[in-house]
Amino acid sequence: MKYIIAIIQPDRLDDVIAALEEEEINLLTVSDCMGRGRQKGVAEVYRSHVDRSGLLHKLKVELAVGNNNVWQAVDAITRGARTGNIGDGKIFVLEMEECLRIRTGETGISALA
Amino acid sequence: MKYIIAIIQPDRLDEVIAALEEEEIILVTVSEVMGRGRQKGVAEVYRSHVERNGLLHKIKVEVAVNNNDVWRAVDAIANGARTGHVGDGKIFVLDMEECVRIRTGETGVSAIR
Amino acid sequence: MTSIDTGDTAWLLISTALVMLMTPGLAFFYGGLVRRKNILSIMVQCMMLVAVISLQWVAFGYSLSFGPDHAGIIGGLSWAGLHGVGLAPNPDYAATVPHQLFMVYQMMFAVITPALIIGAFAERMRFSAFLLFSVLWATIVYDPMAHWVWGAGGFLKEMGALDFAGGIVVHVSAGTGALAAALVLGRRRGYPEISPPHNLPFAILGAALLWFGWFGFNAGSALTSGTLAVSAFISTHMAAAAGALAWAVLEWVLSKRPTALGIISGAIAGLATVTPAAGYVTPAGAILIGFLTGIICYFSVVWVKARLGYDDSLDAFGVHGVGGMFGVLMTGILATTAVNPDGADGLAYGHAKQLLIQFLAMIICGAFSFVVSWGLLKLVDRVVGLRVSPDHENIGLDLTQHRESAYTIVG
Repeated sequence: MKYIIAIIQPDRLDDVIAALEEEEINLLTVSDCMGRGRQKGVAEVYRSHVDRSGLLHKLKVELAVGNNNVWQAVDAITRGARTGNIGDGKIFVLEMEECLRIRTGETGISALA
Repeated sequence: MKYIIAIIQPDRLDEVIAALEEEEIILVTVSEVMGRGRQKGVAEVYRSHVERNGLLHKIKVEVAVNNNDVWRAVDAIANGARTGHVGDGKIFVLDMEECVRIRTGETGVSAIR
Repeated sequence: MTSIDTGDTAWLLISTALVMLMTPGLAFFYGGLVRRKNILSIMVQCMMLVAVISLQWVAFGYSLSFGPDHAGIIGGLSWAGLHGVGLAPNPDYAATVPHQLFMVYQMMFAVITPALIIGAFAERMRFSAFLLFSVLWATIVYDPMAHWVWGAGGFLKEMGALDFAGGIVVHVSAGTGALAAALVLGRRRGYPEISPPHNLPFAILGAALLWFGWFGFNAGSALTSGTLAVSAFISTHMAAAAGALAWAVLEWVLSKRPTALGIISGAIAGLATVTPAAGYVTPAGAILIGFLTGIICYFSVVWVKARLGYDDSLDAFGVHGVGGMFGVLMTGILATTAVNPDGADGLAYGHAKQLLIQFLAMIICGAFSFVVSWGLLKLVDRVVGLRVSPDHENIGLDLTQHRESAYTIVG
């Protein structure tokens, strides 16, 4: 099983969710985050204080999938998130050891669906 | 490749980002979280209701790196975040299988930068 | 025989409510500028002052400030508990409104003045120390000073010092008290590496409420609903506008972008600075005051503070103190009896002595507030301790002083 973390532009979220739905991947978690990459961001100034971190607002989409569905999921996110511009984002695929459905206690692949 | 998750004090974010930048690690994702550890937090009271979860506001920093860069990244984060007080935070290093740049579809080591 | 004018009374009632709103406005202004873990501490402090100083004012504060004079220094206690302060007008202060209305109008000034100081010691002062300091400060600094400048028989009033709505009594006194607080308490842990303002929209909301309330503060100080109120109203607005524009343009030139915080900082600087001058200067004079103070306060906050290294966290001295002092002097230059026959002509209208009087009043009050504030802070430090522990400063005052948090992702 894999745990996928995608950092995307906020206004691409609907398209990413729709693309994942086409692959019948419904379970996902979305959160607000700030990010930077090649798109270096902009330094902020508050009275005398300069904040150079240059972070921009992004969304983080997280989902867990079975080994067979990894590329389906990655492709769907790419499809939904791509605009061709710098700042489109990144997808990270991490190894996941176990998954458990809290309600029933099921584990493994059957807990993913 | 590794995926690094660090939980730090909000005031240390600028220094952590600057320290990572010195190591030429530009791609960083930052989010707001609540956490607790040894720094037990404080029970909250609303009218007479006591809330004991003791969670404190923290910042989560996430970075993806090549195997060779793991310790440089970990050291940079630790140096930027350290004040010597309880509550300085934790760093977790996870195995990462794949990395995709959404704009171009590149994968692997070259997509990380 | 004096009689109540309903128009004057209506306007002063509204002005009183407007000035009351400024303290919660200040809570949003300051609250947005601190880190998220300390916003409630600012708001609790502001709201607590509304409660405590209102009661102090009725109990003895009003009497000390405006009661029958003792040697030009203090009002004495004969009006304590509002004894003899009834509904009939008092011609010494406001001949056309009930005496109690004048009293409650002045109460709101007594409330906001110590609240301004909060900006200097934000994010690190114990709540008990804050409360003790504020009540002592209101009694020992504010009340006598209000008597000197505004009280019948007050020595600065007799000397001819002009302070229309509180440039000396409110802004110079709070600003210099704030400087003492920043110096006595020391910097916040980690300063200057402190996270940026956590909620600028709140700060803008607060600044807007302050600007709105300031019409009551300045135009209400006419104490009548006539030409003088209109003149003060316009001066107030024009100085705020000019200050906001000056600060923003300066930022644009010097650091490439005009900012939200810059615009509201300039507006507040303009408002604070025009406060002593509002009922004495022409609209053009007010615009000049606003422009100049936008520039002066910008440099006091961005350059002077950074170079001297004190941590006046939210620039209570840099904006209110510096702006207030500058406004008191500008009153001595630009005041004209053409606007207010009860005022005086300033330097620009051939009366150089007025500038000297303003300068003396400013120095006396600024030095008095700075020195006494310093002493009070040292005293409070002995009694309850001024600062929270480093650990509590780390966690934040909302949780450690009040057991609440403003924002949470749980619940």
